[in-house]
Amino acid sequence: MNALLDLFTIVAVTAGAIFFLAGVVGLLRFPDTLSRLHALTKADNVGLGLIVIGLLPQSGSLYAAFKLLLVWLLVLLAGATVGQMVARVARRAESRG
Amino acid sequence: MSLVHVLEVALAVLVLGAAGWTIVARSTFASAVGFVSYGLLLALVWVQLAAIDVALTEAAIGSGLTGVLLLSAAATLRVTERRSGAGPGLPMRVFAAICCGLVTAAIAAVVLTLPEVAPTLAPEAIAALPATGVGNPVTGVLMAFRALDTLLEKFVLVLALIGVWSLAPDRCWGGHPGLKHRLPADGVLPFFARTLPPFGVLLGIHLMWTGADHPGGAFQGGTVLAAMWLLVMMAGVRDAPAIRERWLRLALVSGPVVFLAVGLAGMLAAGAFLAYPVDIAKPLILLIEVPMLLTIALALGLLVAGPPERAAGSS
Repeated sequence: MNALLDLFTIVAVTAGAIFFLAGVVGLLRFPDTLSRLHALTKADNVGLGLIVIGLLPQSGSLYAAFKLLLVWLLVLLAGATVGQMVARVARRAESRG
Repeated sequence: MSLVHVLEVALAVLVLGAAGWTIVARSTFASAVGFVSYGLLLALVWVQLAAIDVALTEAAIGSGLTGVLLLSAAATLRVTERRSGAGPGLPMRVFAAICCGLVTAAIAAVVLTLPEVAPTLAPEAIAALPATGVGNPVTGVLMAFRALDTLLEKFVLVLALIGVWSLAPDRCWGGHPGLKHRLPADGVLPFFARTLPPFGVLLGIHLMWTGADHPGGAFQGGTVLAAMWLLVMMAGVRDAPAIRERWLRLALVSGPVVFLAVGLAGMLAAGAFLAYPVDIAKPLILLIEVPMLLTIALALGLLVAGPPERAAGSS
């Protein structure tokens, strides 16, 4: 059972790390602000989500697991808000320039 | 070289890179953003050095609050910079570089000449900690052993705020700080400013409360509260209060006043200024910390909000 849980952690955290890597590549390679933002938010939301889900079996207590989930939810909220605001500024700058 | 060493070296390289980028970045705005990421990386360094209290302070104040101050300064300077052109000339830059280089060299020299085993009062502080009733040695030092420094720090905060307020034009004196933020009430930022503060306020109070026995404290908690307040003000959900409001001024001085009162009472009860009677040391420290949290949150929030720019009663 423990080995299975460890395997689950390794798979999920690795998948999360791949999402972060893809996000960084997108951030560096995509041509315009909106696409770069798109790459970045996917890394933040899904990448962090996978890492949190992967760490849940290792957290040891329900309380710590709940805290991990709360961190993810708050990052989702902040990431979505900041993404929207950066996108608005970028669109305004594009329509002006 | 172990994995931890590799990570430490990578972290150090990142910190140096962020610092260098902050210096060479062309626009003031980019420099300010660089400074924020530099501060967050530095917080990770403090975590690595097992100084969680310092890491929290660096992230909250060094990076977060100072970052907001620098960003708003950069926004204010944008017009001036565009008008005056490229910024400081070459001689000024060389002069600044020499001064910074000298400071860096002096600090490096001091660090390198430190004795192998640095002189420390840490064992004495730990040994005397039970008498204060708190379990976190950093809080013990801040609130009991070096309480005078903490008290003076609160005075400095209030004085700094008075300094900022004194920049107000006469017709705005007593009025509302900063510009009025008008945003559509159903927008993204107002929604964020309504959703996040309940969590943030809880976290701020928790940081102050848990500071007695774990990393945290009134300053970190107060910074989180100030950040929540600033979010509410910047999203236009609530306007900044007029600085002539009586409740605001009373709340601002409550921290230092209660601290000073407890300190003076210590002269009668325990025989020295800022000494606490041992049996009630912990409740006294809490009594000081609660108004201090309020003072720090209000003062930091108002420092960022800036000098009054609108007369009281106007909108």
